[in-house]
Amino acid sequence: MATRLTINGTAHDVDLPENVPLLWVLRDEIGLTGTKFGCGVAACGACTVHIDGEAVRSCQVALADVWGEVTTIEGLGSPDNMATIQQAWVDHQVAQCGYCQSGQIMNAAALLAQTPQPTDQDIDDAMQGNLCRCGTYPRIRAAIKDAAQRLSEET
Amino acid sequence: MGRIKTIARRTFLIGSAAIVGGAAFGIYQINKDAPNPLVAGDGEAILNPFVMITRDGVTLIAPRAEMGQGVQTTLAALAAEELDVAWEDITVLHGPPAQAYYNSVFLGMAIPGAHYKDTPFKHNMREQVGKVGKLLDLQATGGSTSMKDFYERMRHAGASAREALKLAASAQLGVPVSDLRTENSNVIAPDGTAIAYSELAEALRDITPPDVELRDPATWKYLGKSMPRVDMVEKVTGTAKFATDTAMDGMKFATVRMSPTRAGMESYDDTAARDMDGVEAVVDLGDGIAVIASNTWLAMQAAEAVDITWTPANYPANTEGLRAAIAASLDDDADSMVRDDGDVTSAVEGTEITADYYVPWLAHATMEPMSATALYTGDALEVWSGNQAPTMIRDACAKAVGLTPEQVTLHTTYLGGGFGRRGEQDFSVLAARIAAAVPDTPIRMIWSREEDMRRDFYRPAAIAQFRGVVQDGKAVLVDGKIAAPSVFHSSSLRQTGVVPPGPDRLHVEGAADQPYAIPHFRIAGHLTNIDVPIGFWRSVGASINGFMLDTFIDELAHAAGTDPLQFRLDLARTEHAPSAGVIEAVGEMSGWTGQTPANIGRGVAFSFSFGTPVAQVVEVEDTGRGIRINKCWIAADLGTVLDPGIVEAQMTSGAIYGFSAAMQEEITFADGMVEQGNFYDYDAMRMHTVPEFEVRLLETNPFMGGAGEPGTPPSMPALGNALFDLTGTRARELPLIKTFDLIL
Repeated sequence: MATRLTINGTAHDVDLPENVPLLWVLRDEIGLTGTKFGCGVAACGACTVHIDGEAVRSCQVALADVWGEVTTIEGLGSPDNMATIQQAWVDHQVAQCGYCQSGQIMNAAALLAQTPQPTDQDIDDAMQGNLCRCGTYPRIRAAIKDAAQRLSEET
Repeated sequence: MGRIKTIARRTFLIGSAAIVGGAAFGIYQINKDAPNPLVAGDGEAILNPFVMITRDGVTLIAPRAEMGQGVQTTLAALAAEELDVAWEDITVLHGPPAQAYYNSVFLGMAIPGAHYKDTPFKHNMREQVGKVGKLLDLQATGGSTSMKDFYERMRHAGASAREALKLAASAQLGVPVSDLRTENSNVIAPDGTAIAYSELAEALRDITPPDVELRDPATWKYLGKSMPRVDMVEKVTGTAKFATDTAMDGMKFATVRMSPTRAGMESYDDTAARDMDGVEAVVDLGDGIAVIASNTWLAMQAAEAVDITWTPANYPANTEGLRAAIAASLDDDADSMVRDDGDVTSAVEGTEITADYYVPWLAHATMEPMSATALYTGDALEVWSGNQAPTMIRDACAKAVGLTPEQVTLHTTYLGGGFGRRGEQDFSVLAARIAAAVPDTPIRMIWSREEDMRRDFYRPAAIAQFRGVVQDGKAVLVDGKIAAPSVFHSSSLRQTGVVPPGPDRLHVEGAADQPYAIPHFRIAGHLTNIDVPIGFWRSVGASINGFMLDTFIDELAHAAGTDPLQFRLDLARTEHAPSAGVIEAVGEMSGWTGQTPANIGRGVAFSFSFGTPVAQVVEVEDTGRGIRINKCWIAADLGTVLDPGIVEAQMTSGAIYGFSAAMQEEITFADGMVEQGNFYDYDAMRMHTVPEFEVRLLETNPFMGGAGEPGTPPSMPALGNALFDLTGTRARELPLIKTFDLIL
């Protein structure tokens, strides 16, 4: 039985067992490979996407349990039309290997939606579930603060 | 006269004597003769193995693994500097495996002698020996070699291409070449007529690119500046392609379970797995199994459901047994004694101290678990793999499926972290073997995190025994013995089937090669013969010895009653000025006084590795709820800093990688298998634990140093020394969480 999902504004009928995690639906079935597999146990955050605007670890959400509209990194912005937060990431030259960055950005975007002017403590609390082995944290922090500033000027 | 000028100028550029200019020129000649692996498409011109002019602009081949270190950006900048191409017109590709892209630095590193002592003659000798890498098709990323390797090669490629473009434009415009100039991807005539490079692609086909002199660094526009990384937009929009982001029609998804004892598989029962959702096949790989399914997760579920009996390990089954084996090798004959100054057996007046150290096994734990995509069609194999050794991996894949290297196409994608792990062949070969089991079906393979953790090639554990004597506030004797399994021997045997002769210098790097004037100074390397698979882990031997030697130096400083920063400065000053320079710089940056408030501790550490001296000061604070790292100051001297933004990121990254290991990482064994499986039991530094950083880059080093690794070795002792300053407790074992209440 197909499950209907709305991903980045487009409806998809997915014919996979209902217990398959959203991560693997996105990557293997829909072809949205910007979302990454890192651990499979919600310990690294590389698979972070939004469901109805909330940051979730897509490796832990079964296909049958997807409760709302899914947004992935591809839905946040594209190379020709980046979201403000992605532009901040570029301006601060954050990424190194880049593998964790989709998850970092999706998590940070949800933080900023909820807390438009995050303190260092807010950033620590919100971002500590997202691992980066290259150690890009100082630049991630700077990019989040910069994005917060720009978003406040845009509104 | 022109030739002398050329040599003199190159000599100036590289900061060395005339002979170096000649050697660099020789390397270029050899490169020109290597077969060009690129094939021109319609409307494209290939000017050399690194520069392609297309209808859209300029494509540059940056043939080193982009694993986060920014290599492709700076390699592109080197060529672009001479080519006068607008930054936004550049497309950068890794390119195919090829002899033309051989590593010209690796083999030269094996020449005896500490690098800090290199004279221009010795440096030249390393360059000459490095060229032998070409004969071995040795294309590999590692050892922090890429910038040294391509500093001249890429600029020559760009300069030669620029002159070819001018020749083509000259023919079209009827204007002498000498009247033409280049700027912003255009050739420009005196009357202002501009021809875009892309419009010259056709005309270039009849031009032989000339060899020309390199520009004066004083004129550089790109080099020496922080360039926007060429991979940045892709990496923040999820469009960067890693090994398993390749999509093909009819693709299937696979994962493996290979022997965690590294000794093979007695038997397996896949009855339950075969009936599971989406499972297409279970493949017997001899020392493990693969499951092919319609979805990766379904493949992983089924792989877990296969009941496997593993062959017992060929090494001591638990951590304690392995540690005992390493300790026992301290009593064996030394493999190396490459540092043996003075006479450590002589009776020396002063205060003697001794200390033993232990560092644990470590995993690489790249963010992207091992992965590759492969398509086998009977007479051809195509592999997509994020890897650090494309020529060798192509050959290994070919051999594994019974094809010739010419029948294999290897695409080197972005690497989701490397740190040395992706120089290994295993993951690419496994994808090739799985694909060969189902011809004409593209296979996308990724390992579970647990598989990645338990099938690593680990940084070995090591034990050191140090004895030292201080006199009048200074070190007069250091006698160290370091025991561990040999990464170099293990890796060489695995990759080439041969154990190289001679003493293993990597085993003692970070200790025996330090720029310290100690009258009686000996470092003996002892090799432990155990079969735990081990490999290159960011900074390799220096990741072990940097901690052990520098911690002992700190202990000596305290025994001598000398300020630890001053103590190191005294040791380095007469031996290597750039090393003394970074120690002084980090003292100045951090406002080092040797005094801290009661709840604050500060430690300093120094290590010279991969040609770069790095000093760090770490500040820790007892918050009352545990100890955290507040700040880290780093001073490094790479001689020439080609991209300060990227080098700063690498220094910070190297330190964070080291702090992560020093604080909490440890691989342990039980029943011959690694016990850790995922980030909940092998974690790393995170946003809330990472300190503030301040980095200063100096440029006095006469030879160019590396960037990717040298930030790691001093980070571990700097942290330990800071914790000693805070608590008065000296940790002689890592990870530090065993001794201190660190905030994790």
